[in-house]
Amino acid sequence: MKIVVLLKQTFDTEEKVVIENGVIKEDGAQFVINPYDEYAVEEAIRIKENGDAEVVVVSYGPARVEDALRKALAMGADRAVLIEADHPVTDEAGVAEVLAKAVEKEAPDLILAGNFSVDNGAGQVAPRVAEILGLNHVGAVTKVTLEGDDVVVERDAEGDLERIRTKLPLLLTAQQGLNDPRYPSLPGIMKAKKKPLDRLTLSDLGLGDISPRTTVTNRYNPPKKEAGEILQGDIATQVETLVKKLREEAKVI
Amino acid sequence: MKEPKKGASFLLDTLTPEEIFTPEDLTDEQKMIAETARSFIEKDVLPVLDEIEEHHRFDLTVSLLKKAGELGLLAGDIPEAYGGLGLDKITTMLVTEEFALSRSFALSFGAHVGIGTLPIVFFGNEDQKKKYLPALASGEKIAAYALTEPSSGSDALSAKTTARLNESGTHYILNGEKQWITNSGFADVFVVYAKVDGDKFTAFIVDRDTPGVSTGPEEKKMGIKGSSTRTLILEDVPVPVEHVLGEVGRGHVVAFNILNIGRFKLAAGAVGAAKRVIDISARYAKERKQFDRPIGDFALIQAKLGEMAIRTYAAEGITYRTAGLFDDMLRALGEKVNDGREVARGIAEYAIECSINKVFASEVLDYVVDEGVQIHGGYGYMSEYEVEKAYRDSRINRIFEGTNEINRLLVPGTLVKKAMRGELDLLGAANRLQQELLSLMPTTLSDELFDAEMDMLDKAKKIFLMVAGLGVQKYGEKLEEEQEVLAGVADVVAHIFAMETAILRAQKAVRSVGEDKARGHIDLATAVVHTSFDKIEVLAKDMLAHMESGDLLRTQLSVLRKLTRREAIDIIALRRAIGKRQLQADGYTTNA
Repeated sequence: MKIVVLLKQTFDTEEKVVIENGVIKEDGAQFVINPYDEYAVEEAIRIKENGDAEVVVVSYGPARVEDALRKALAMGADRAVLIEADHPVTDEAGVAEVLAKAVEKEAPDLILAGNFSVDNGAGQVAPRVAEILGLNHVGAVTKVTLEGDDVVVERDAEGDLERIRTKLPLLLTAQQGLNDPRYPSLPGIMKAKKKPLDRLTLSDLGLGDISPRTTVTNRYNPPKKEAGEILQGDIATQVETLVKKLREEAKVI
Repeated sequence: MKEPKKGASFLLDTLTPEEIFTPEDLTDEQKMIAETARSFIEKDVLPVLDEIEEHHRFDLTVSLLKKAGELGLLAGDIPEAYGGLGLDKITTMLVTEEFALSRSFALSFGAHVGIGTLPIVFFGNEDQKKKYLPALASGEKIAAYALTEPSSGSDALSAKTTARLNESGTHYILNGEKQWITNSGFADVFVVYAKVDGDKFTAFIVDRDTPGVSTGPEEKKMGIKGSSTRTLILEDVPVPVEHVLGEVGRGHVVAFNILNIGRFKLAAGAVGAAKRVIDISARYAKERKQFDRPIGDFALIQAKLGEMAIRTYAAEGITYRTAGLFDDMLRALGEKVNDGREVARGIAEYAIECSINKVFASEVLDYVVDEGVQIHGGYGYMSEYEVEKAYRDSRINRIFEGTNEINRLLVPGTLVKKAMRGELDLLGAANRLQQELLSLMPTTLSDELFDAEMDMLDKAKKIFLMVAGLGVQKYGEKLEEEQEVLAGVADVVAHIFAMETAILRAQKAVRSVGEDKARGHIDLATAVVHTSFDKIEVLAKDMLAHMESGDLLRTQLSVLRKLTRREAIDIIALRRAIGKRQLQADGYTTNA
């Protein structure tokens, strides 16, 4: 079988985000595989190790994304595809359109992706890809069991556990807890450099310019959190103060 | 391919930035390997490190080493033919540097992959390599190195452990005690030195399960409490003659060659530890508030972090440069790189650089941990703070792998040997300098970046030739007894190496990313050069005053004054700026 993993490279979660003129500064920043996508990579490799599968990691982004793809190859993926663009479209509809084209070419049995990306956090791209390709989709999975064409999936449903039985082809998104991703071993890292990494352009996929359906009008850091205040006095006084503060300071009522 | 450099040739040559390896030259693959090492330490080792340190849970150490083996982290220096990965020395240095984060566990690791395994890699015969290396690469077996004895430390060749051939000529019977053996609590294989027939110093491979092998109780130590340190007791231990490592009577060749690489690896670990202490100290300085301000706002704390970073930058530069020297040499060996003896000989070319690395980096680390504790104030004295452990753990580095005193003496000693063998034209250079000094004119400097610093470097090399030349001339054979002069020369040489490396590294950074983005490098290198040069001046003055007197001394000092003429820089502002950057970056950084 063939598994495609959709992968995004994101800021290292320990990296400080600096915004300058509405643009996030990337100078000298460390990038990692989006942690949720890393669960997806790990799961694909485990499925491969338990049976027989080819694992292809696919990403859409600038040249620096190669590092993330190489890491996935070092972990054990077989092949990588980078749809390279200096300034990739960042809205979810656009990204999904590009990725869906690439996935269609690969014709996989199973698509794995992260539940959401830790930078933009919309959680839309993978379900959109499933929608474009007319595939079933299960989100936020914490366990995957393959039984031939049947797939048993456990998913995190707002704190409850939902068990779903479905069939390939299928798209799943990985939730935290699905697995504990391995670090690439040294032999794995050395093999990775010999594994194929295809670079495609949008025109290779038969796509013209993609116009985003949304635009970002501004980016700013959340305001600094002020120290909280504990209201004093009996309940009646406290309510009175609270109403006053909500009206005069917060101006919400 | 680069022609490998001669050991210590930096004292005579003028180099370009392209000729040295710097931390900025790492490949993506090398960085990924370092990342795996770091992830392993952070996720697997650190959560249980206190347990290992406080309760001597060496079962955890052994299982972690095995996991490191599965990841390939023990296999870097072992050739592929024997189950290893045959990695370059830069990569294995990176692994050592990352492991330093785990303090005493790093020592268990280092003793295994370094002094434990390398004697067999370098000097083992085909059968020995086939028998031991695959298991040492995978972590299935753990190695230890047994050289020191109660009465033989720095004077290693005076060992009392004996080896006597049995009557049938099949086994050597070993008797003696080896002291302070790292990993001895759980190692499966020991490299042991003993004397055959009373005088033939010889290395042996001794399996732990051989009858007569036992260990004493765990030592109680100042630091590195999570490493196993015991006495190895040998009572009529029958060691098969096939287990002689190298040749009978040639044990010193094994021992000295292992020390070279051991010293280098120690330096790499010290650099990793120093960076870590800067990281935790910078973070602490940002969090800790006094007088309603984070203490990192205060200039004296910034100055401390600045100086810690300056010295670490210098030490980091020389370890990476030295690893680059090794790799150029090993590449030049071609096919012969699979011959361990050739590799050991190649590395021995840089014995001086190895000693400098050891002394310099261990003293930088001791300085950094001391200031790290100071930044933490009273909390730095409390055992639950990491910096307290780092402080105690650091101290051993100046003692083992050859004390810093022994290593200092080795630098001029080896230089003289190289000069005598005609490998390094120090005499010619010293003679030419004599002429030059007579008509020394002040250099005209441009405003170009590092012009003044390059001139200082050139002058520092002249000061070295002048002082060392005078020592040889003055004392001849008796120079050996003038240990302060020898150590002083070693320090001058080390500072030259550090200064030059810092300038070349910063120049390389400027060429690659431009002056603006390389501002961090420029400032660090400038500070390294000026502070090192100040120290060279004092060292030279003291040595001259010891060697000469009266008019002769006055003449020498006036030459020294000419050689040390320079514009003062605002080192206080520089240190402060560098310190602020460490704070901003939450730890050690070369960024602007």
